[in-house]
Amino acid sequence: MDTGDTAWMLISTALVLLMTPGLAMFYGGMVRAKGVLNMMMMSFVSMGLVAVVWTLYGYSMTFGKDLGGGLVGDPTESFGLTNIISADSLFGTIPTAVFAVFQMMFAIITVALISGAIADRAKFGAWILFVIIWVTLVYFPVAHWVFDFDGKDEAGNVVDPGGWIANDLAAIDFAGGTAVHINAGIAALALALVLGKRVGFGREPFKPHNLTLVMLGAALLWFGWFGFNAGSAVAANATAGVVFLNTVVATGAAMLSWLLVERVRNGHATSLGAASGIIAGLVAITPACSAVDPLGAMAIGAIASAACAIAVSLKYKIGYDDSLDVVGLHLVAGLIGSIFIGLFATSAAPAAVDGLLYGGGTELLVKQIVASGAVLAYSFIVTYLIALAIDKTIGFRITADAEVTGIDLVVHAESSYEIGSQGATRGGYAS
Amino acid sequence: MKLITAIIKPAKLEEVKHALTEHGVAGMTVSDVSGFGRQRGHTEVYRGTSYTVDLLAKIRIEVLVDDKDVTATVETIAKAASTGSVGDGKVWVTPVESVVRVRTGETGASAI
Repeated sequence: MDTGDTAWMLISTALVLLMTPGLAMFYGGMVRAKGVLNMMMMSFVSMGLVAVVWTLYGYSMTFGKDLGGGLVGDPTESFGLTNIISADSLFGTIPTAVFAVFQMMFAIITVALISGAIADRAKFGAWILFVIIWVTLVYFPVAHWVFDFDGKDEAGNVVDPGGWIANDLAAIDFAGGTAVHINAGIAALALALVLGKRVGFGREPFKPHNLTLVMLGAALLWFGWFGFNAGSAVAANATAGVVFLNTVVATGAAMLSWLLVERVRNGHATSLGAASGIIAGLVAITPACSAVDPLGAMAIGAIASAACAIAVSLKYKIGYDDSLDVVGLHLVAGLIGSIFIGLFATSAAPAAVDGLLYGGGTELLVKQIVASGAVLAYSFIVTYLIALAIDKTIGFRITADAEVTGIDLVVHAESSYEIGSQGATRGGYAS
Repeated sequence: MKLITAIIKPAKLEEVKHALTEHGVAGMTVSDVSGFGRQRGHTEVYRGTSYTVDLLAKIRIEVLVDDKDVTATVETIAKAASTGSVGDGKVWVTPVESVVRVRTGETGASAI
C-alpha cells in the first residue's frame, strides 16, 4: 500500500461527493423559485440511495467477478462490501475500501445528473424508485463495461476478467465520458420524453430564479471535478498531474468559447453562459484528459462548448422539455469528448496512443465511436423502459394543478425563501 | 389634504427621497412595484433563448401633504426623478378625506 496514493484518493473521494451538492445548486438556481427545493432534493436523495445500494450490491455488480462477456459483475461476490475491508485487501496501491467508496461517488453524481431533465414535475417517490432501478440496470452494468479492467497475475494472464469496453474493445474513457456523461445525457432524453413537457413550456418564460446559486454550483463542480478526473489516476502521480492540468485548460477554453458564441449570436456574454461553458468543458475533457496534451485539451474544450451552446436551444425547435439541458450539455459534450479522443490523442500524453490528427490512423476513432454508440443505445432503451414502467404503474408526474402551485409546496410542504419586509409568513403553528 | 403617488425609476429613489426631505416633507411610504408604461419591457437571454420581460421594476412613493404644499411637492418629485428618457414614471394627486395619527389620535392637517 502507498500512503501518498491513499491520501490523495481519500481526498478525491470527498471532492467527488461534493460535486453532487454542487450540482444541486447549479440545477437549483436554474429553476423557478417554486421548484428549487425539489430540484436540490433529487440530487441530495441520490447521495443517500446510491450510498446504500452501492454498498449492498452495486460495487459488486460493477467491479465483481464478470458473469460472462464483460457485461456485468456478480452482485453477490462483494455483497455488503464485507469481503474488501480487511487491511490486506488492496486495489493497486490503495486499500480496496478506498477504491470502492471513490467509485461510489461516480454512481451518485451520474444518476443525479439526469434529474435536470425533469425539473418541476416528477413525483418524489417515483424519482426514488427510478434512481434505485436505473443504477441497478443501467449504471452498474455500463460502469462495469467501461471501468472494470481485467485483473492479471504476475505473468500477465487474466485471472479476473472485467468489462468489454475497457478490455476487449480497449476504447479510452479515463474518467467517464461514456459511463457517466453519455449515459446520463441520453437517459435524460428518455426521461424527458416519457414525462412530457412542463405546463407552460415554450409559452411562459422559465427563467432561472437565482444565477448566483448557479455560479456557486458551477464553481463547486469545477473544484470537485479535480477529484473526479485526477483522482481517476488512482494514484498521486504524473498522470494525475497531467490530467489536472488538462482539466483546467479545457474548462477555461470552454468557458471562453461559450461566451464568444453568445456575444456573437445574442449580443451579450452571460453569467449562465460562463457557468454552462465550464460544465461543457469539464464534461468533454473527462474521457480525454489522460490521452491529450494541453493544446488538445483546449481544442476539445472549446469545440465541445461551442457545440453545446448551439445544442441547448434546439429543444424548443425539436419540442422536448429537457428542462436544464442535460442532453445539450452532458450528451453533446460527452460524445464530443469521447469521440474526439480518436482525433486528438497523442502518444506524448499518459495514455500513450496517437489519434488520427497525430498520425495514429482511424483505429482509435472507430473504437471511441463504438464505445459511445453502445452506451448511448443501451442507456436510452433501458432508461426509456424503466421510466415507462414507473409511469404506467405508480405514475411519474405530479398533477398539473400541483405543478402550477409549485412542487416544493405540494410535494415537500416547504417553500424555499422567506424574503421581504414582513420577515416571515403570517400564521401560527398547525396542531 | 392630498395623497401624492409617484412611480419612479428605482435608481432615482435616493435623489427623490433627498429632495423631498430637503423640501420639508415629514414622511413617506416607499414600495417595490412592477409595471409598464410607454417604455414597455426589455429582453433577457438565457442559454440562447430570449425572453421578453414586460413588467419592469419600479418604485412607488406615497406622500401625504396639506393642500397648500401640493404643487411644490409634485414639482420637487418630478424634478428629482427626471432623467429625460422614456420610463421616468408618473406623479399623480388624489384627494384624502381624513387622516388619523395612530399614536396621538390627532386628525386632519396636524396628523400629516
